Amino acid sequence: MEDLLFEIQLALPQVILGVINGAFYALLSLGLAVIFGMLNVINFAHGAQFTLGAFVAWMLLSWLGIGYWPALILAPLIVGAIGVAMERAMISRLYRIDHLYGLLLTFGCALVIEGVLRNNFGSSGQRYAPPREFGALDLELGDFFLPGYRVWVLIAATTVCLATWLVIEKTKVGSYLRAATERPQLVQAFGINVPLMMTLTYGAGVALAAFAGVLAAPIYSVSPAMGANFIITVFAVVVIGGMGSIAGSIVTGFMLGLIQGITEVFWPEASQTVVFVIMAIVLLTRPAGLFGRA
Amino acid sequence: MAEAMTMDRPAATGASMLEVRNLEAWYGESHVLHGMNIDIRQGEVVTLLGRNGAGKTSTLRAIMGLTGRRSGSIRFEGQETIGLRPDLIARAGIAYCPEERGIFASLDVTENLMLPPVIAPGGLSIEEIYTLFPNLKERARSQGTKLSGGEQQMLAIARILRTGARLLLLDEPSEGLAPVIVQQIGAMIRNIKQRGFTVLLVEQNFRFAQTVADRHYVVEHGRVVDEVANHELTASLDRLHEYLGV
Ligand SMILES: Nc1ncnc2c1ncn2[C@@H]1O[C@H](COP(=O)(O)OP(=O)(O)O)[C@@H](O)[C@H]1O
Ligand SMILES: [Mg+2]
Repeated sequence: MEDLLFEIQLALPQVILGVINGAFYALLSLGLAVIFGMLNVINFAHGAQFTLGAFVAWMLLSWLGIGYWPALILAPLIVGAIGVAMERAMISRLYRIDHLYGLLLTFGCALVIEGVLRNNFGSSGQRYAPPREFGALDLELGDFFLPGYRVWVLIAATTVCLATWLVIEKTKVGSYLRAATERPQLVQAFGINVPLMMTLTYGAGVALAAFAGVLAAPIYSVSPAMGANFIITVFAVVVIGGMGSIAGSIVTGFMLGLIQGITEVFWPEASQTVVFVIMAIVLLTRPAGLFGRA
Repeated sequence: MAEAMTMDRPAATGASMLEVRNLEAWYGESHVLHGMNIDIRQGEVVTLLGRNGAGKTSTLRAIMGLTGRRSGSIRFEGQETIGLRPDLIARAGIAYCPEERGIFASLDVTENLMLPPVIAPGGLSIEEIYTLFPNLKERARSQGTKLSGGEQQMLAIARILRTGARLLLLDEPSEGLAPVIVQQIGAMIRNIKQRGFTVLLVEQNFRFAQTVADRHYVVEHGRVVDEVANHELTASLDRLHEYLGV
């Protein structure tokens, strides 16, 4: 019994780190799911937009002296506006043709964004210090210490995921979104400006990625590759959860972070691979994903 | 012969609410409407009769702005709508109930009912809707697609009665429904006509059409080939049987 408690205490930090990663997976895959549901575009630029969120927060701080809290609002708005411009200028031209073109376009955009960031800031990464007030949230349980900022990340990510879910499932605007996901033409024939909705949805999905980027900035170093590291796993999350399912993407994000954390304890070498093994199994047994409609 | 008759017939007199002239429409490369001409006056119920594939659905979709390319002229209450987006056509006062009903699976019955925004005053209030369609109130929280076919059809029509649209485009509301339900739908269409709605109704079942409509257009190969007033319908049965192949 003692042994077991000891084991659990040893495992706890890894598991919690896993759940915090899961919060990022959930935020990112949620944005991807919203965008895919409405626009039918697999937004390969999502990781780069996450990175951009972190960089915008860093620039606001180091160039303009604007701190973390305003950046948490401003960076998603700025990056979301860039997303709106991308949708209007480029992505909206591809709706009529195959998915694949949207994927290629957004992949190209990701390369451009990352290239520009690398060119201007180098690839080594910038430090973004978390505001000091998070010390108040520091958690100490015996030997186990969890910095307050990570507690905040968990709270903030969970809250934003839940709020997004509530907006989509329980509000009038959400009903337009769900309906337009099913039959965009008919919704437009009811008098709703669906092209505008698509633009704003893309902007909102991108803003979610940027929000995650700002949350991540104080934890990971702000570097051009930070999004790329995440996004591969996030795409696996999306495939496992089922493309386009809102609740599914949130639940799957947290769940896979947790599974990664647990794997880290018992078999560290496999922790990066486990998500892809699960993805392969899900693809073979339930190709529409755990929460997807076949 | 039939075409000549259409030409001789004077166009609907009085100001037309909807005036379709030489409407052509395409789905990609395929040319489906070849010069439709339709006139509907305020308060009329007019049907488009014709065989499968004649172009009835395409006509409604083209009026709504939902086909790809289209040309010709569609004037609604004097306003040219041929170049407008579907949402602006809807806001001009036209509402559409599609053949496949278009009930949303991810919305419950109430959400489905309340989805189309009110575009003008004069639509039915929610109380009036529930009086006409009591089932929709009973099943308010059910998933839209869990309703029976008849209830889904009622819901599809009910939701466009709320919006204040003055012209309703109904695509085969009787299709695939039991005779009792078809009768209810007929009664409902007569009821909304009395309330002043104007209806363009697509039908293959002319016995049903006869119970609700003022006039009928016969559609073949993407154009109107004949027009029959409802009181002449019985006298024209042979001709209609030939058109409709029934
Ligand atoms: N989405 C589409 N793409 C290509 N052709 C279509 C499409 N919808 C209908 N058509 C064709 O247009 C013609 C008219 O169809 P439709 O308007 O649905 O006829 P109706 O409603 O009178 O049965 C048919 O030849 C049909 O095959
Ligand atoms: Mg049809």
